[in-house]
Amino acid sequence: MASGSGFSMEEFESLMATSDVELLKRAWRNEKSAPEILQFQSSLVLRSREQIQLMEETIEEFTKSGFDPLIVSIYQMDMDRAQYMCYENMKSYLDESVLSKLPTGYQSDLKQSNASEENDMGSFLYSSYVPEPNLDTFVFCKSDSSIGAIPLDDSADEIVDLVAGDLYVLRYKSIKPFVENGQVDLV
Amino acid sequence: MAGQSDPQSSVFTAAEMEFLAEDEMIEIVPNMRMEPLNLISGDYGPFRPQIATQVPLWLAVALKKRGKCTVRPPEWMSIERLTQVLESERDSPKEFQPLPFHYIEISRLLFDHARDDIPDIYMVRSLIEDIRDVRFHKVESGLETISARTHAVKLKNLSAMEVNIVRPFVVRTLQSFYKHDSPEMIQQPVQMPTRQPQATDRGPRASSSNVKASVE
Repeated sequence: MASGSGFSMEEFESLMATSDVELLKRAWRNEKSAPEILQFQSSLVLRSREQIQLMEETIEEFTKSGFDPLIVSIYQMDMDRAQYMCYENMKSYLDESVLSKLPTGYQSDLKQSNASEENDMGSFLYSSYVPEPNLDTFVFCKSDSSIGAIPLDDSADEIVDLVAGDLYVLRYKSIKPFVENGQVDLV
Repeated sequence: MAGQSDPQSSVFTAAEMEFLAEDEMIEIVPNMRMEPLNLISGDYGPFRPQIATQVPLWLAVALKKRGKCTVRPPEWMSIERLTQVLESERDSPKEFQPLPFHYIEISRLLFDHARDDIPDIYMVRSLIEDIRDVRFHKVESGLETISARTHAVKLKNLSAMEVNIVRPFVVRTLQSFYKHDSPEMIQQPVQMPTRQPQATDRGPRASSSNVKASVE
């Protein structure tokens, strides 16, 4: 979670009521729709993996103690769905950090990654080969809560009022901070 | 990711869209007893014969496949409601009627897995197809009004599948204007303040016109 514009109590509560699987789904949607690599949700993914592991053990118990196969299969399906979301979250992150090590020409699809700047090699490769992500591109987004007026261009001449639940197509850079702090979701 | 660097492609595959929609809640009527389920995605049940309960769509489909429940089609999937929606879609060329964000995927899943629970399924299916067509046409004609001055487009009530399908065209159209327009903006910055702040006046704020890609 990056820049900290404050959450209202309401938003905080709705966030607390949101399951980890739901959060994984949001992170995945955002990552897929964003023109740049977003912060990897490591604690969320770690937490979910622990939950999945616990569930694996529970399912094993169920099977051993002769539970109704229907119930076992439902728990299994639920776990598979969570696992898939975990995998997708890790994949988009891994794919791009691995791809970033490829020579030019293989990189047309790449976005800039903060993560790769952590090591010198990555940072060198990035600075020399990887095109800047196009933050000017347009994205589809939605917010659960009303954000209020946000500037649409550098001169801040034009503003838009983001109304809760409505769908907008905006330039990514104008809503980037809200995507980073979770107030706006890309769809 | 891919969808942004290559504006030709959609961001989500059909299977991914379906996966996302499968978490939507739906009412089922079980024909068996089952204790509450404490799943990673949430707690559901208890399940009692003839007592309706809410479950995610994936669970409804799983139970239905095993003959353990009937599915109650959502209220918006009735002929009456869909006919109203279709009429309103036709009557208001700049607005989309409110439908569930995943209405296309939900209806497809139900057509595939719970067809015997949907009264007048052929009619329902054709109404939904007509609604889709009208809505797509609206997006297309809305795009024709996009200009270089368009900084924001509001597409209130556009659904997930519709977003995924129109995304490449919308993004490409907006981008091409943006690129085209940039040098002019740099050369003649004086013009900037005189430009109508359409996003404010006629853009996203103008709730009366929702396919808002407004022009000077």
